[in-house]
Amino acid sequence: MILRKYLKVYKKFLHTSFASELEYKTNILVDLITAILSLVGSIFLLSIFFQNSGYIGGWKFEQALIIQAIYTILNGITNTWFNPNLTEIVKHIREGTLDFVLLKPIDSQFFISLKKINPSGFLEIMLGFLLLFFCVRINQIDLNLIFLTLSLITISCSICILYSLWFFISTTTIWFVKTWNAIEVLRSFLYIGRFPLNSFSFSLRIFFSVFIPIAFITTIPSEVFLGYSVLWKIVLEVIVATVFLITSRKFWLFALKFYTSASS
Amino acid sequence: MISNLIKRKIFTLLKVQYSNMLEYRVEIALWAISGIIPFFMLNIWTNNNLNESINISDIMLSRYFLCAFFVRQFSVVWVVFSFEEDSLMGKVSPYLIQPLNPFFRYFAQHLAEQITRFPFALIIAFFFFIFNPESIWIPNLGILILSIVSTFLSFLIQFLIQSIVACLCFWTEKASSIERLLFIPTLFLSGLLAPVVSFPKYVKSWIYLTPFPYLIDFPANLLSGNETNIVGGLSMQILWILLLFPLFKKIWSEGTKKYTAMGS
Repeated sequence: MILRKYLKVYKKFLHTSFASELEYKTNILVDLITAILSLVGSIFLLSIFFQNSGYIGGWKFEQALIIQAIYTILNGITNTWFNPNLTEIVKHIREGTLDFVLLKPIDSQFFISLKKINPSGFLEIMLGFLLLFFCVRINQIDLNLIFLTLSLITISCSICILYSLWFFISTTTIWFVKTWNAIEVLRSFLYIGRFPLNSFSFSLRIFFSVFIPIAFITTIPSEVFLGYSVLWKIVLEVIVATVFLITSRKFWLFALKFYTSASS
Repeated sequence: MISNLIKRKIFTLLKVQYSNMLEYRVEIALWAISGIIPFFMLNIWTNNNLNESINISDIMLSRYFLCAFFVRQFSVVWVVFSFEEDSLMGKVSPYLIQPLNPFFRYFAQHLAEQITRFPFALIIAFFFFIFNPESIWIPNLGILILSIVSTFLSFLIQFLIQSIVACLCFWTEKASSIERLLFIPTLFLSGLLAPVVSFPKYVKSWIYLTPFPYLIDFPANLLSGNETNIVGGLSMQILWILLLFPLFKKIWSEGTKKYTAMGS
């Protein structure tokens, strides 16, 4: 019953945000070119790294491309859902419109996280999948059921971790009001996800797996694709994802207690 | 008399914007942190011994990336985002009535932000030297002045390019997506992620004709004491400014003729 209500509301969200985004048609084309160029650019950078060395952190060029593909898919998801919605929290809090969100008879986190959609991100997701299929071909990975479920599990966990990180930082807006730049910091850290974790020095590796689990986001799913991954890593990723989701939810509810509307 | 007036205007603008920027110290600190990608790249380069193939020692490479960080810090431009917001909100109209080109306002905003950012950039550099004590060096005064000049010229080039893009707001309203498109070649070709010397030959043959290597690679090489053509670099920077400035003036005068205020 409740689920059906939320599905219905989500359909309405999709409809309205599609209608408003499609007003800017050339924008979508420009965004597509941006996504393609950005992928070409990062493959170019990767090729510079590999031009005089066969392995980076134990990864071959063809294998490192898988990380690029997964990064592109996740970046597309970020651009489609997280970026347009969670940057909106800042606006809600600055202008006091969060009041209207809280008064609605649906869950505020649901409303705030899924209200908008940016269709140009879909193109990036498709681009990522194209590269991923290409990688599956050149790395001669045989697709079987166990492999597919494992990769699906790890990628969904990555999405959950990524969402929680974004939501966590956006929630801090309730205290700090302007957190645009905190999001920029997160973005620049996430950039690390384009490269295999092993290519960094030991201290950075620890930092990016304990404090900001960027390691989990792209490296573990890529390892699953290559068949390198061990079971405990996958289990660990599932645990990390659940912990992150639950904490970000708890943190949102906790932060709402401190919300004092604007100009009141 | 007239020059005195202009000086007073610029001075007042700077003072106003500086006190404005000081209010958002945390924001600016966070923004400074979000520029640390060059250090991650340095980590990949040295950790995999990739620099041996391009004949740059570890120390010189770490200086290069530190300088790239500094040059980037003082040449960040966001005028298109400010202008787009002002134009969508209809704030441009009152600016247009004033006997001062609104871009002076944005220009002063950027300069004020750079002054505020300076101490934070120094703190980050201080931490960098704690972790890499062997890369400490003191450039001589002449080089220091020249590199400050070239960093400023790089800032001017980017400011002009973005202002030209910002003027497209008069026609399309959403010009920031074009800016995001232009940011991709800037990111990959300017030398922020990898020094231009390391680029493959087929890119090096044409890249020096574009403005990109003069944005970060040239000033960073100059400051860090890596090999570079000082006269050639500076004259190319000035050449690009001389090319872009008339273009900006043209598009500005065309655009203001086209301008129809929002909400009127």
